[in-house]
Amino acid sequence: MGIKFSLMVVGALIAVVFLGVKGLGLYYLFGVIIPYLAIFTFIGGFVLRIFDWARSPVPFRIPTTAGQQYTPLPGFKQNKLDCPSSTAGVIGRMALEVLLFRSLFRNSKVELRDGPKLTYQWEKWLWLAGLLFHWSFLIILIRHLRFFAEPVPGFVHLTETLDGILQLGLPGVYLTDGLFLVTVTYLFVRRVVIPQVKYISLPADYFPLFLLLALGTTGILMRYFFKVDLLKVKELTMGLASFHPTIPEGIGILFYIHFFLVCTLFCYFPFSKLMHLGGVFLSPTRNLPNDSRMVRHINPWNYPVKVHTYQEYEDHFREKMIEAGLPVEKEQ
Amino acid sequence: MATVPKPHELTIDHKPPQAGWMETPVVFRPGTWCYAAKTKNLEAIGAPNPREWSPADEDWKLPENWKEMIFEGIRERLDKYRSFKLFMDICVRCGACADKCHFFIGTGDPKNMPVLRAELLRSVYRKDFTTAGKIMGKFAGGRELTMDVFKEWFYYFFQCTECRRCSVFCPYGIDTAEITIIGRELLNLVGCNIDWIAGPVANCYHNGNHLGIQPHAFKDMIEFFVDEIEAVNGVRVEPTFNRKGAEVLFITPSGDVFADPGTYTLMGYLMLFHEIGLDYTWSTYASEGGNFGFFTSHETMKRLNAKMYAEAKRLGVKWILGGECGHMWRVINQYMDTMNGPADFLEVPVSPITGTRFDNARSTKMTHIVEFTADLIQHGKLKLDPSRNDHLRVTYHDSCNTARGMGFLEEPRYVLKNVCNNFFEMPTGTTREQTFCCGSGSGLNTDEYMEIRMRGGLPRANAVQYVANRHDVNMLACICAIDRAVLTASMNYWVPSVGVTGVHELVGNALVMEGETERTTDLRGEPLAGMEESEDEDL
Repeated sequence: MGIKFSLMVVGALIAVVFLGVKGLGLYYLFGVIIPYLAIFTFIGGFVLRIFDWARSPVPFRIPTTAGQQYTPLPGFKQNKLDCPSSTAGVIGRMALEVLLFRSLFRNSKVELRDGPKLTYQWEKWLWLAGLLFHWSFLIILIRHLRFFAEPVPGFVHLTETLDGILQLGLPGVYLTDGLFLVTVTYLFVRRVVIPQVKYISLPADYFPLFLLLALGTTGILMRYFFKVDLLKVKELTMGLASFHPTIPEGIGILFYIHFFLVCTLFCYFPFSKLMHLGGVFLSPTRNLPNDSRMVRHINPWNYPVKVHTYQEYEDHFREKMIEAGLPVEKEQ
Repeated sequence: MATVPKPHELTIDHKPPQAGWMETPVVFRPGTWCYAAKTKNLEAIGAPNPREWSPADEDWKLPENWKEMIFEGIRERLDKYRSFKLFMDICVRCGACADKCHFFIGTGDPKNMPVLRAELLRSVYRKDFTTAGKIMGKFAGGRELTMDVFKEWFYYFFQCTECRRCSVFCPYGIDTAEITIIGRELLNLVGCNIDWIAGPVANCYHNGNHLGIQPHAFKDMIEFFVDEIEAVNGVRVEPTFNRKGAEVLFITPSGDVFADPGTYTLMGYLMLFHEIGLDYTWSTYASEGGNFGFFTSHETMKRLNAKMYAEAKRLGVKWILGGECGHMWRVINQYMDTMNGPADFLEVPVSPITGTRFDNARSTKMTHIVEFTADLIQHGKLKLDPSRNDHLRVTYHDSCNTARGMGFLEEPRYVLKNVCNNFFEMPTGTTREQTFCCGSGSGLNTDEYMEIRMRGGLPRANAVQYVANRHDVNMLACICAIDRAVLTASMNYWVPSVGVTGVHELVGNALVMEGETERTTDLRGEPLAGMEESEDEDL
């Protein structure tokens, strides 16, 4: 259900642009209005989501400790990255998590044999594919900044040079283009092939994958096969960036499809699981130091509760306590 | 009570069924669910909707407006817990957690995959708390809260031990324990707890400990172990109770006072304190280290935990020493100071024997017995004869809570290596931060639940089997009172050649005490190596 539904939605999105641009000539709508709506939805939505999460307090300090704690005893070496007790350690842990997917790197696969007997297999493919996908996406995003700045900043040039280091073909093949498609395909295939992952998958899991696949495919088609006029594209994108939108004539439909899919992604992003991009930074099991015995963590809504006091306890048991020779506060 | 299938009769299939999970209602088969909380136990702490009912009943006798109560409960908790709110939103269902759960590994039930356990609640959250879910319903992964869904919550939130193993592997640190804790709070709002939790909570609230041991009996029971120690080595230790002005208050789970093999660990404590001349007292009021309130709701946890600081203050001690227990230490390390602190009437723990200042507990003012003992050993303050544990070949089980909620990994290993000569680690990936749950944590250690407990205990038992085969390991050491009780059952079931011990039982065995007579047995009365009547051929 999820696969078909998501495929249909992506197909419908493409059909909408095709009809809108080719059929009805709604260039301004797809070239200007929707892109502006998308970017504001993205930024606004993203910020709102972060604020919404941040509005809820963190009542308890609950890091998942994944290594040795700090102790004053000599000889027990603290694992400062997996079980940090200082801010620097937390920054290190978060950097590993965000940049290298530290936790996912621990992944293993359980195998059940007769007996029953369990073995744990090496399984880093998800980590590898996930990491390559995210980094490729980021690099592709940076490369695209050339469309929104004139002159093109140095770091964009540098990224392009490094990404095209293979120097294959003309225009030069970017490593990340291939990696992007391969890894997104892998992420889709594992969703279908691994029975447990298939079982848990929702339309919301397939849809972004199809959207990204369509995005990558249209991008690659445009760059390597059915070339669009990049000067005109840049005229359009610079117009958007400088808030003087123009619609140059003669940009191919492929561009409008690609551009609309980007807009869809931007609009969809803040309301979907893709917000893990922002959410990971707020995760209380990762972004807090394991120092709750050293520094008191404050719960802003901590409230007094009804307790059974010692006095009530002694009142109840006084006779028995005296008889047993236990000290009491009041003899009767 | 349900009969438990033999190990070879258990079938486990990790392949999910054809029907989707939203369309598969839960079946309450005997052996896979815990008895409902009794009326008197809910009344004892003023919990809502006390009544007699059973999960197997069609009608759960919920209040008429139960749905609104649950929705209100969700709303309140979304505003109070960032963890909850965030973990409802950011899961990408990558599946990395799926086969990390001992209950999934042992049952093959797809709803025991941590991701799906959370989705049980998330689906309802999406339907009623997100715009996409309100409009798109099922296509946005939303699901109506029905009685079937609610029963499913009960079944699976009491089929999670809050062990947090999945959270170690999650790329966003999503912690199923947080979701289960909140899920159980919601269930408790309308009176749906299990009796194995509600009973100990009621006991602890009024009598000071989970087992409901009254003050005079508590003293009696500990004095019984004083006699037992004397029988082993002729030394008479002299514990004190509710004594004002002691330097240290000692608190440990009441399970260790009550049943083997925890009682031997308790004897180890008594011997150690006597030998080093620690000025300490027991309390009959704060006679529980563990906290089954933690398995009920944050509020109940706070109500039970309050006794520790209150009693420390009343007795005027300088600091608190805590015994071997898992979830007790999660609560002390991550909750106590926040809930019931600041403990400004106490001092930073300083070992009176070595002078070591435990600055890692400088705010909470409570030190773990194993770090305390490790420090004694490091300073050469204990005379130890590890050969008295030579009849034992020992491995170590990291308790989930001390491993993943504290980072307490090396201290117990250090103590073990100093008190016994034969120590072997279980395979990588089954210990330390990746340790497997005993299978019965978070208040699920009840007999009617034995089948699920044994299934959940499989990954741990399997790792023990590995070292038993390879190194002839015959003793599984741990620092958790629930472990001591339930691993004993799980070992009997899966690896009958292996026993279970607390770390301080082995300390007690190895500890050379002043004025003691020659020992021929360990604390259990088992002959020491070389003291058997027949020759031991292994040595």
